[in-house]
Amino acid sequence: MLRLPDFTYIRPRTLAEAAGVLQELGTEAMAVAGGTDVYPKMKRGQFTPRYLVSLSHVEEHRGIRREDGRGLWIGAGETLTAVAGHANVRREFPALAAAAGLVSTLQLRNAGTIGGNLFVDTRCNYYDQSFFWRQAVGFCLKKDGDICLVAPKSRVCLAICSSDTAPVLSSLNAEAVLVGARGSRQVPLETLYRDDGIDYLAKRPDELLQGVWLPEASFGWRNVYLKLRRRGSFDFPVLGVAAALRVGATGTCEAARIVLTAVASAPKVVEDAPRVLCGKPVDGAAIEEAAELAMRVSHPLDNADMDYWYRKRMTRVFVTRALRQLADAGAATAGPDAALV
Amino acid sequence: MKKNGFSVIGKPLPRIDGPAKCAGDTRYADDMVLPRMLFSRLLRSPHPHALVHGVSARRALELPGVHAVITGADVPTKFGIMPSTQDEEALAVDKVRYVGDPVAAVAAVSEDVAQEALGLIDVDYQVLDPILSIEGALAAEDHRIHTWNRRANIQKAVSFEFGDVDAGFAEADEVFEGTYFFQGNTHLPMEQYCALATYTPDGKLTLWSSTQTPHYVHRALSRVLDLPMGHIRVVATPVGGGFGGKSDPFSHEIAVAKLAMITGRPVKITLNREESFYVHRGRHPVKMWMRTGVKRDGTLTGMWFRSFLDGGGYSSYGLATVYYTGALQTVTYELPAYKFEGVRVFTNKPPCGPKRGHGTPQPRFAMEVQLDEIAEKLGLDPVEMRLKQVVAPDSVTVNGLRVSTIGLRECIEKVAVRSGWKDKHRALPDGHGIGFAASSYISGAGLPIYWNDMPHSGVQLRADRGGGVTVFCGSTDIGQGSDSILAFAVAEELGLRPEDVRVVTADTDLTPVDLGSYSSRVTVMTGNAAIQACGNLKERLFEVASEVLEVPADDLEMEEGQVRSRSLPDRGLAFAECVERAETRFGTLGATGSYRPPRHPGDYKGAGVGPTPSYSYSAAVVELQCDGDTGEIRIDKVWIAHDCGRAFNPLWVQGQVEGSVYMALGEVLMEEQIFRKSGVHKIPSILEYKSPTTLETPPIETILVETDDPEGPFGAKEAGQGPLLPVIPAVSNAVFDAVGVRIHEIPITPDKILRALDQRLKDPAVPDFAFPTPIRWTPGQGVEVPQKS
Repeated sequence: MLRLPDFTYIRPRTLAEAAGVLQELGTEAMAVAGGTDVYPKMKRGQFTPRYLVSLSHVEEHRGIRREDGRGLWIGAGETLTAVAGHANVRREFPALAAAAGLVSTLQLRNAGTIGGNLFVDTRCNYYDQSFFWRQAVGFCLKKDGDICLVAPKSRVCLAICSSDTAPVLSSLNAEAVLVGARGSRQVPLETLYRDDGIDYLAKRPDELLQGVWLPEASFGWRNVYLKLRRRGSFDFPVLGVAAALRVGATGTCEAARIVLTAVASAPKVVEDAPRVLCGKPVDGAAIEEAAELAMRVSHPLDNADMDYWYRKRMTRVFVTRALRQLADAGAATAGPDAALV
Repeated sequence: MKKNGFSVIGKPLPRIDGPAKCAGDTRYADDMVLPRMLFSRLLRSPHPHALVHGVSARRALELPGVHAVITGADVPTKFGIMPSTQDEEALAVDKVRYVGDPVAAVAAVSEDVAQEALGLIDVDYQVLDPILSIEGALAAEDHRIHTWNRRANIQKAVSFEFGDVDAGFAEADEVFEGTYFFQGNTHLPMEQYCALATYTPDGKLTLWSSTQTPHYVHRALSRVLDLPMGHIRVVATPVGGGFGGKSDPFSHEIAVAKLAMITGRPVKITLNREESFYVHRGRHPVKMWMRTGVKRDGTLTGMWFRSFLDGGGYSSYGLATVYYTGALQTVTYELPAYKFEGVRVFTNKPPCGPKRGHGTPQPRFAMEVQLDEIAEKLGLDPVEMRLKQVVAPDSVTVNGLRVSTIGLRECIEKVAVRSGWKDKHRALPDGHGIGFAASSYISGAGLPIYWNDMPHSGVQLRADRGGGVTVFCGSTDIGQGSDSILAFAVAEELGLRPEDVRVVTADTDLTPVDLGSYSSRVTVMTGNAAIQACGNLKERLFEVASEVLEVPADDLEMEEGQVRSRSLPDRGLAFAECVERAETRFGTLGATGSYRPPRHPGDYKGAGVGPTPSYSYSAAVVELQCDGDTGEIRIDKVWIAHDCGRAFNPLWVQGQVEGSVYMALGEVLMEEQIFRKSGVHKIPSILEYKSPTTLETPPIETILVETDDPEGPFGAKEAGQGPLLPVIPAVSNAVFDAVGVRIHEIPITPDKILRALDQRLKDPAVPDFAFPTPIRWTPGQGVEVPQKS
């Protein structure tokens, strides 16, 4: 097997301490939580840190709890298995339970954290390869090279956002709490993503995710996540559709959010979706229009499994199916534990 | 057979290697550690096609911990599995022919140092244009990958005409044509390649390797290292999956052997997953064209089949593969006239070779899909159409293959009944479909890889005076259960319990030659050799027992640990006591047995591929759902019936059948060994090379059909490869039943379904190529040879 290079392992006890270490060591250090993405990438020479700052001895980014008036807190250090199985998450945010439960395999979900999935490195078939392979093909912008091999004219890296949970939490207006060397801050999660395959997170390198708030205002939204991938057993998304609707008592859609994953370097918010969905019932015509809009802003490239035209075409199919499920959810008498996915 | 039937054959008893595997006690090659052991890594070419003007190891040798670096100049002798196409070098001498082609090998104190040293080896490459397609290979007449072959980039072109093909088509009411493409795929065994060599001061070399063919590795080492075979010992360690991918002698085996000779220390190499995609030797990508003539009732009047094989950078088993793409079309349905033309080209990609079904799944896919289309166009039930023309037992096909027992009719009938075929075909709701196909495979190649008249398999038996028995055989257990086959065959013959039989296999110092675990040959050949060895041992045991028990020797049988009289069952002698008395009389007790397959009638040049002791038969029905919006296929269930002659052990046969179905579903739905325009493998990882897991595997209903083949040990035929074959076309035929589109390409991916539904999916194009003048042959020219050898 590929060998894991030597590194120094640092075990801080608090996020502030970890952030301090990261700031001090600069680009030679990386944070590691579950390690399911970091270690394989070190073996392939994609990540070359001399120091790993482990978050596994930190307590303050753990816990999933409901706080009246504030919403649902999900600690970034919780495993994907814990998130997917949490009763509160399953009841209120089945889309999140589904997304967390669809990441990779059970073994990796037991190790991997929700924080790791939210900030997971962007992926590309030219980048997620061994050193030997990348040398044979020619190195790319994202690591060791100076051109994008997906689109040689592109000035930015086109590696794709491959998080399942980021689109869901974005669709539900989640807030992220970051702890850095210079203190902590709370921002809308959506604002942390940049459409740049290399510099894909709008945060300082020393800032660590403590957790996310699903705000009180997001409770009661119907929500769903649908994922396209080759195998049901594992695989990163090659398309993900997170849809969330607030539907009034009369059946009128009051608020709508559709966020796509794996079609750009950041989760892609379908900006025009509320315009065509809100103020009326979620019916066939509205769904069709929203799906068409989503497909128009979906720009998969030839750097992941399955043809890019196919993934683009599936955007319409998946958005249609997601919205239909949400529309039908009102008609059905769903029990408290009924997951939509 | 004994008076009371079989004692262990046919019973679902566990395998002898089961406990160790379950307990994690099986020692694979990479588990081995020897004192003073060094570690090796191979430097591989990053270019698909380049001249190598020089390799300098100077900087690498200066790295502390590096003990030796070898290059092509150290091991320049060419080798290869087939004697007539020895075109491989352990390390490139002056040219590399695919990305991953080995150029140098390092021995160092650790894997890390060995890896670091690779970066310090300087190679002077002159990059050449790569040839990456069949069409490109045929067109590049001035640009050669190899120079030994007669026509540029053509490794082998063959052409045959059996019977009167023109008359066959003239007689037809309808003639159908189609083109097909089967994409290449790789074996993906769980265990990666690993080898460990030692060279002791007495000048003796030992190599342990995860190989399916220790005998052929033995021969290759002797040739390349210029050592007598008697000074080399090759041991095949327990193989964690082979599927054909560990059947060649390999660069890494030769490299560690040479490094051990140079350093005087044991040297181990374990390849990583990515490297296993470069070593490859997997399924050939094959383009096919097929024309079939039929009567209005579906009766076949003639068939013309063309195959174009993308061989990759070296010959490997390709010579046999190209023949296999045309050999077995004739053994399932009566075919009065048949023409076959095939060509294998070199391209700058990892060499293709044998993978489960070796060269026959591709043509079987084309043929069974075309037959389904013919049935559709003629308004016939595809099952009925085939049943009408199943080959007769004890007959000779138009290309000179002798079919002995054939359970195809029973396979087809049973699978149709169990799946509810009649009620479901063309009757399921939209998006649901059911498909059928049938096939055949060999139970071992009729000829050895190098020409000789010696046995294909040898067994030695040693009877211990304490009553223990040890069986020695060169066969290699690659997970298919061949060690257990030996233990059970001997236990059955000698009336012992399988757990009382010790099995020593796959060690060229200790065991007689068996050619290896390929071509589904092991059960039939080692089983027969073991039975013969037992017979020879029994002769002496019976001679002694007959005197003691005062009954004639021909009245004796061995059962329940005793030698006893059939007519007077109370007269018996414990096995151990019988062995003691026999040893007293004859001295040390041992016996040998061997097996060589019977000859087939075909006597034309090229008739060596296709003959076998017996053909296995399979029939499959696949029921699936196909989503018209996404093109996604969900397999609901697979029913498969397999004529295994006799279920030597129904549990093991079922395991082989299910494994074959699983592998077939991977090939038909997703697996692809594909390359970028630069010639680099697109997805050489177990994450991105999409292969199904157990979670994607549907329910499989296995139906075993027994024909008691006279050539088989206890009547057995093969079971490890044949059941893969019908599943692939059955899926394609079920897709048509579900959504009304014909997919002539493997794998059948969701995007292809959508393109077909949009009427944008074109049939594969096949190249123009002038095949050689055909060799003509008709049955009756050959000599009929009695089957039972």
